Parts: sequence; structure tokens; C-alpha cells
Amino acid sequence: MTQIVEKVLFSEKVAKFIVNAPRIARSRKPGHFVILRVDEKGERIPLTIADADREKGTITLVVQKMGVSSAKLFELNVGDKILDLVGPLGKATHIHNVGTVLACGGGVGVAPMLPIVQAFKQAGNRVISILAARNKDLIILEDEIRKWSDEVIVMTDDGSYGTKGLVTAGAEMVIQRETVNECIAIGPAVMMKFTSMLTKKYQIPTQSSLNAIMVDGTGMCGACRVTVGGQTMFTCIDGPEFDAHQIDFDELIMRLGGYSDEEKLASERYF
Amino acid sequence: MTTNKEYLLIEREKEWRVELRKKIANKERTTKTRTQMPELDPFVRIRYQDREVNTGLTEKQAVAEASRCLDCPNPTCIDGCPVSINIPKFIKYIEQGSFLEAAKTLKETSALPAVCGRVCPQEKQCEATCFYTMKLKKDPVAIGHLERFAADYERESGSMSVPEVAAPNGIKVAAVGSGPASLSFAGDMIKLGYDVTVFEALHEIGGVLKYGIPEFRLPNKIVDVELANLEQMGVKFVRNFIVGKTASFDDLKEEGIEAFFVASGAGLPRFMNIPGENYNGIMSSNEYLTRVNLMNAASDDFDTPIIKGKNVAVIGGGNTAMDSVRTAKRLGAERAMIIYRRSRDEMPARVEEVHHAEEEGIEFLNLANPVEYFADPKGKVNRVRVQRMELGEPDASGRRRPVVIEGSEYDIPVDLVVVAVGVSPNPLIPSEVKDLKVTKWGTIVVNEETMQSSIPELFAGGDIVRGGATVILAMGDGRKAAASMHEYLQEKRK
Ligand SMILES: Cc1cc2nc3c(=O)[nH]c(=O)nc-3n(C[C@H](O)[C@H](O)[C@H](O)COP(=O)(O)OP(=O)(O)OC[C@H]3O[C@@H](n4cnc5c(N)ncnc54)[C@H](O)[C@@H]3O)c2cc1C
Ligand SMILES: Cc1cc2nc3c(=O)[nH]c(=O)nc-3n(C[C@H](O)[C@H](O)[C@H](O)COP(=O)(O)OP(=O)(O)OC[C@H]3O[C@@H](n4cnc5c(N)ncnc54)[C@H](O)[C@@H]3O)c2cc1C
Ligand code: SF4
Ligand code: FES
Repeated sequence: MTQIVEKVLFSEKVAKFIVNAPRIARSRKPGHFVILRVDEKGERIPLTIADADREKGTITLVVQKMGVSSAKLFELNVGDKILDLVGPLGKATHIHNVGTVLACGGGVGVAPMLPIVQAFKQAGNRVISILAARNKDLIILEDEIRKWSDEVIVMTDDGSYGTKGLVTAGAEMVIQRETVNECIAIGPAVMMKFTSMLTKKYQIPTQSSLNAIMVDGTGMCGACRVTVGGQTMFTCIDGPEFDAHQIDFDELIMRLGGYSDEEKLASERYF
Repeated sequence: MTTNKEYLLIEREKEWRVELRKKIANKERTTKTRTQMPELDPFVRIRYQDREVNTGLTEKQAVAEASRCLDCPNPTCIDGCPVSINIPKFIKYIEQGSFLEAAKTLKETSALPAVCGRVCPQEKQCEATCFYTMKLKKDPVAIGHLERFAADYERESGSMSVPEVAAPNGIKVAAVGSGPASLSFAGDMIKLGYDVTVFEALHEIGGVLKYGIPEFRLPNKIVDVELANLEQMGVKFVRNFIVGKTASFDDLKEEGIEAFFVASGAGLPRFMNIPGENYNGIMSSNEYLTRVNLMNAASDDFDTPIIKGKNVAVIGGGNTAMDSVRTAKRLGAERAMIIYRRSRDEMPARVEEVHHAEEEGIEFLNLANPVEYFADPKGKVNRVRVQRMELGEPDASGRRRPVVIEGSEYDIPVDLVVVAVGVSPNPLIPSEVKDLKVTKWGTIVVNEETMQSSIPELFAGGDIVRGGATVILAMGDGRKAAASMHEYLQEKRK
């Protein structure tokens, strides 16, 4: 059982949880995720480790309310317990000093991006971060990202905060302005697809962290398979980060809808 | 552990055995026909995911079947058993009505007889080398059914013998994974007085016994009783802990664990890499069975979703394929079919499972192989293209190689496809431990006698060493590893 020690609401749909997981706090690296199951009847869902405190033995998770499973977690409060939590899973991000890094985060994708931004900054890179969301309420972790970035650009679809426009508009502006050596794009699959198309045009190496549907997270089921460079890979053990220019995003988007009928039914039953 | 000839003879010459042999003439014994295992009616059982198909022999049936056994002077059945259970001894105890003694005999060599009696491929092992099969050309003694009977009898009698445990020696050892290999290892080590911890990546203990093999073949409660026994003996189970990720071997060594038994299984599912295989509605048997067995997805009040197909194709001919196709039938498939590229005779599945599948109305498309999948505009599979095959020359395994019949493709409508064409070794441990010697297939290299790997304090067994094998072999490995790890640790202390 994993205890929740802190909960911060970012918006009506996004919350930050700090939970007790001393082992994972010690062994995790940027890019890693956990899988948790809220209760006996729950589903196993993957969430990125957004931050960790070795001394306190805690890790930070940021969750966006989507369907039943994320909502169940969302409803928990300080003192409540999560039945099962396992990690750290996945391959850690390859962090190196390349020069200038452009980090594009969409929606809740900013959470998995935070530890990567931090690590790239600590490795001596110039880091420019773009935070993008539909509206002001959905911009999360701005202060934390600012702490580890040389510059932060905020983009909203409706212009309610920062610059009005899509993440790609912000990215292109930066790319045309200065040399970008590497790009990170994390967020909804569609956002990653278009960001990747943009950086491909400018031939900037780009990493994306994929949110494929998972069950075990240990390479045992293949639910999380994605096509990268024409080959089938398992997101949980070969990823979750891949060379974005090689990812078949259309297939990913299609596969994310693999259980949409069942999920809709589950939501109707639950909400 | 190996039962040598002398010991077998001494046992066989014990008075009760001699008396029992005299009671019925061999001629009479051999005229009896094999007792049929009672089973649930196929029309009833296909409506329940959780009702066991075989209901078990009655006491009377078990005694009758046991009396067929000739108590051979040279019991060839034992040669067919991978762990050399003293088969005639336990069977004769059953004939005598000493069911608890029979169960005890099984436990001398097998850690989980109630499991093995249900899932061992007896027709390829002990029953294949039974005197009846080899010399009389008759149905073998139902050794597997009798094994199950004795183990079930003991469990249900409430007088399950909890083995004696030596005084704690304070030496910490660990098992990685909680499948049958680890469970038998843990049982032996705790008896020797070690401080044993079993680490499991998933939220449930049991490995394939829990997440793979369905309730209708191996009820969870049977595994749970064994787990409770181990726990009572002092074995510690840690769930949600991936050795090599949550903590490294070095971390655990620092915490005082002196030796490890790695039994992480052959968890990685293989796909065929044919066009369209990543469409929705196509999944590995591991995913399908895990959703149903581990996550309870078929039940509405559990959150994990499952696709309940109407036209389901399962690719493959092993136990995993049978389990998947029969699960699909139970979840409401109108048409549930096996697509297998060889003929029925070459199917690696247990004969009993194939037989049960047939009774349940599973269709068998043998000598057929999928070559491509098609989907609707939303990416959901709706058709599989199969190619007909014929049998050619025997290949390295001695099985006749299937060859393609050109121009024989045709399409079958499907809405769920389960791919059960085998698994590869779990790559987690080999990739986390440098200097660990592995084969080109990714299995861990061990000394076959001691199960010791290239790293002295690391032993390994089960599917991570053998590739996809069997429960009984995994268990045998666990016992072997326990014996030699004990020797290794004692030697180290001298
Ligand atoms: C490596 C990884 C890291 C992730 N990190 C985060 C994070 O830090 N914060 C966050 O809010 N979300 C994260 N996600 C996504 C999160 O796991 C899903 O949003 C969540 O599982 C949705 O479940 P649900 O029942 O609430 O929604 P549902 O109504 O079931 O589904 C909503 C959508 O979520 C996806 N989904 C459903 N079930 C799963 C599943 N078992 N695994 C993965 N995706 C699923 C589907 O594509 C679906 O369209 C991550 C996913 C992955 C693979
Ligand atoms: C559907 C199905 C049906 C089968 N039917 C039969 C049958 O009828 N008869 C038969 O004899 N055999 C059958 N088998 C094969 C048999 O189940 C296996 O050979 C046997 O379970 C192997 O045992 P094991 O102990 O090596 O590993 P497993 O049972 O595979 O268990 C390994 C465990 O290790 C865990 N693990 C992996 N890595 C780590 C890590 N780093 N840290 C912690 N835990 C870890 C895994 O999560 C898993 O639970 C079947 C297999 C399947 C999948
Ligand atoms: S070979 Fe058959 S008949 Fe002979 S002892 Fe073994 S089970 Fe009995
Ligand atoms: S989640 Fe099961 S293999 Fe990746």
C-alpha cells in the first residue's frame, strides 16, 4: 500500500500527488514511470514520475482526469492509500549536453517533461520550454518548469494565457530565431505528431514519450506495442521515449482508441 | 532427491505392497478399463469462466483406477516423470485407501501435486512410459488424475501436513518471480532454515499459474492454499517489486541477501510480424489471458476492459492457444476457432485440453496460417487472410514441416484475434545484470546440475532458463537450485 502525503489541485481535471515510495524515489531516473492500481477492482494505469525526493522517500505524480481509472485516483486525498504501485518502469531518458534543447509540452504532458527538462538543464544545456494547452486552466507546473528553463513560452489555443496558437507555432518561432540542437515533444499523440513533423522539416533530432495503453508494464503482454522505424516495439520496456521521426503516430492514435467503446460504457456506469 | 533403483526396490518389498499385489491377479487388473474423469457438461461449462471442467475422481473411482496399476518391478512410468515421483508407491497407497499417505508420497518429490495433477502433459510423460501404453497397448493408468485426487483429498481433509521447518539459520536468500520454480525453491529453502523472500513484479503471487492458466483448468484457490502454506512456514512475499528496477541486485546484497534464485519466466510474447498485426482487436494471448485472469476484465464491476469477440480466431496450437480460445467461447463467442499451421497430431497442447476444446465446440482450422489482417476505417480488425498448408519433410524437431500451398488464400471474418505463437525469455534480468551469461535466445546459461549461473551467487531455473517449458520442469529446477544453493552457502561458511 502506498500512502498519499500531499495533493495539490492544478485545475478541475489535473492534480498533483506526492506519495510515499522510498525505493522508487531512490532508483528512479528522468523518463521513468510507475504503474498503479487504486483498489481491488481497479485497472493498472501508467503515470510518469514527475519528480522525486530521495530524502523524504516520496515521488510526485501528476494525473489528468480522463476516464474511470484516473478519476478514481483523482478522488483520493491525503492519507488515503493506493493499493498497488510498481516501478520505476521504462528506459531512462538519454541525457547529454547538446547545446540548446527545445522542450514542448502539451497538456498533462508537461508532467513527464519536467524531470527531463531539469536533467537537461543540469547537464549544462540551454533549455527553452514551451507549455501549451487549450486554455489557461490547463497550463500546469509553470513555476517548476521555469526553475529549470532559460526561457518559457506559454501557448493557449484560445489565447486566455500567453500567446494564442498551437505549440507548433511557438516551436517554429524558436527554431527560426536560433539554433536548436535537440527537441523533446511530450503530450497528446496528435500534438506530438505535428511537433515531430515540424522538427523533421528542420532536421532537429526529437524525442517523444509515448502514452500507449498498458497492462503490466514489464514487457509481458504487448498491449503497448508501437511501430518505430518500421519495427514493432513495446513502449514499456523499449521506451517510453523514442526517436519521434521514426514513430508511426497514426498507428499510435488508432491504438489509443482500441478500447474506446468499452471505456465509454465504463464511464457511463461510473459517472 | 533422485529415487534410485535400490530405494525403489526396498519400498516395493515392504509388506503392505507385497500383500496388496497378491490381492488381485495381474490378469484381472489388466482387464479393467481406465476410469473416465467426471467432467461438467460442455453446454453448461461454456457459460462459466470460473467452473473447473474436470470435477475430480470419487474415492471409489480412484481406488478402482489405482487397482489397475501393476506395481511393476521395473516401474517405467517413473522414467517418464521429470522429477521422478515414486509413482507406484503413491498409487498403491490409494488402492489401499491411505489417501493421506499417497499425498505425502507425492510431496517427497513434487512441491505442488494438486497443480501438476491438473496441468502436466501426462500423455507425453509418465503415462507415455507406463507399462500399459508401452507393452500392453492399452490406455495407461490415469496417473495424473490419481495425483490430483490424492492432493485434493489432502487439501479438502483439512489435515494438510505442514512440513517441518529447521531452526532459522539467519541467512537471507531471495527468489525473483513467483511462478512454480520460485515456489518450490522457496519451500525447500525455508525447510532448511533460510530467511526466504520472494519478489514479484505483478500485484499477485503465482506467475503463470495466476495470470495465465484459467480458472476452468486450475482454480486460483488451489494455488492460494499452497501460498498460504508457504507463508505459514515463514516465506515472505513481496508484491509490486521488480528486481533490477525497484532495487538492483547490489542494493539487495547490501541489505544482506546472500544468494538469488532467478525464475523470471518467459514472459515476452512473440508476434508474427505480418501486415495489419497492430490493428485493434489483435492481441497476444498473454494480454488476453492477463486481462481476464489477473484483472478480472470479464466482470462488469472491474475496471479493466476486454473485447468480447463474436468471431474469434486464436493463432497457435499450444496450451496457451487452447486456454485463449476456450476463454473466448466462455465470454460469448459464437465462433471460436484455432488457426494452426501444422496438423492436429503436432499440436503441442495437452491432449485433454484439445479434447475438451472439441467438446466445447471450438473449430480447428489446421494446416492454415494467417498472412494478413484487415480492419474497418477505425482500425478495428474485421478480417484475417489465411493460407493453406500441407505437411512436407520432417524438420529438426522431427515434426513434418508445414509448406505453403500457393494460391490457397482465403478470408475469414473476425472481430478478435489472439496471437499465441510462443514467448521469449523475459529480458529484464539479463539486461540489468552485466556479466550474466545468456544464450543467443536470451535464456540464462546455468550449470545443469547445480542451476548456478555465471555469477556464483545467482542461480536460475524455470522458463528463463528453458524458454517456454512446463510447470513440472520449472518446479524441478527450483528444487535442484535450492539443494545446490544450500551447498554453496554452507561451503562458503566453512
Ligand atoms: C508511460 C506513460 C506515462 C503516462 N504518464 C501520465 C501522467 O504522468 N499523467 C497522466 O495524467 N497520464 C499519464 N499517462 C496516461 C494515463 O495512463 C491514462 O490517461 C490513463 O490510463 C487513462 O485511464 P482512464 O481509465 O482514466 O481513462 P479511459 O477512459 O480508460 O481512457 C482514456 C484514454 O486513456 C488511454 N488509456 C486507457 N487505459 C490505459 C492504460 N491502461 N494505459 C495507458 N493508457 C490508457 C486510452 O487511450 C484512452 O483513450 C501515461 C501513459 C503512459 C503509457
Ligand atoms: C496460458 C498458459 C498455459 C500453460 N499451460 C501449461 C500446462 O497446461 N502445463 C504445463 O506444464 N505448463 C503450462 N504452461 C507453461 C508453464 O506455466 C510455465 O512453464 C511455468 O509457469 C514456468 O514457471 P516459472 O516459475 O519459470 O515462471 P512464471 O510462471 O512465468 O513466473 C515468472 C514470474 O516472474 C515475475 N518476474 C519477472 N521478472 C521479474 C523481476 N525482475 N522481478 C520480480 N518478478 C519478476 C513475473 O511477473 C512472473 O510472475 C502454460 C503457460 C501459459 C502462459
Ligand atoms: S508403469 Fe504403469 S502399471 Fe507399472 S507401476 Fe507405473 S503406473 Fe503402475
Ligand atoms: S504493457 Fe504489457 S508489454 Fe508493455
